[in-house]
Amino acid sequence: MPGLYRILDRPLDLDEAVRAVAGPDRGAIATFLGIGRDHNAGRKVLRLEYQAYPAMAERMMREIGDEVAERFGTPHVALVHRIGPVGVGEISVIVAVASAHRREAMAGCAQAIERLKAVVPIWKKEYFQGGAAWIEGPAGIGPFGGSWSNKPL
Amino acid sequence: MTIAVLLFARYGEVAGASAIEVEVPSGATLAQVWEAVQVRVPGLRGENKPLLARDRTYARPDQVVGPGDEIAAFPPVSGG
Repeated sequence: MPGLYRILDRPLDLDEAVRAVAGPDRGAIATFLGIGRDHNAGRKVLRLEYQAYPAMAERMMREIGDEVAERFGTPHVALVHRIGPVGVGEISVIVAVASAHRREAMAGCAQAIERLKAVVPIWKKEYFQGGAAWIEGPAGIGPFGGSWSNKPL
Repeated sequence: MTIAVLLFARYGEVAGASAIEVEVPSGATLAQVWEAVQVRVPGLRGENKPLLARDRTYARPDQVVGPGDEIAAFPPVSGG
């Protein structure tokens, strides 16, 4: 089955993701790298740490690959996310999409990272001078976009 | 029946555990399971809209759970 969907607790390798999607009938490979950034919300960030629900995360990443295949006509998708400590300047996530032509590859790559950020169960913790905090996505973004809103506990 | 609930990120940190077992009546919904978790973990009592998953798939709070289901609760995701 084409595609590569992995949660890994080691440094990520762009070549590995590119090799997983490349092939002689594909004239375009679009890639996206997410990188540990040294600031957020006006605060200097020293390092990051990621946690995942790996079994569900890999299942959701495969589902995103299926969505890209359906919408852009190529099943050649790699989604790889690192967990554990990630230093500033290190790669936290790699997306690679290959297709016959560039437009499908670039659009598929953009869709895949947006979907990953919205639905894949992975969380980022930021370490800064004097503390650390879990980052949480906006409420209402997610699989059902607020399914609890009419059902208060 | 006893249901094990996996907790991630801040929820796991608040509970001091990556999973917690709760007792719920048979036919209970995910919302009832979450209420039982909140009784056990006072630090989660303000969390009224967790993301919920059953068998590694997102599930709505009115879904009924059964023994042996893999249940998870977690805050909004922030990968990337």
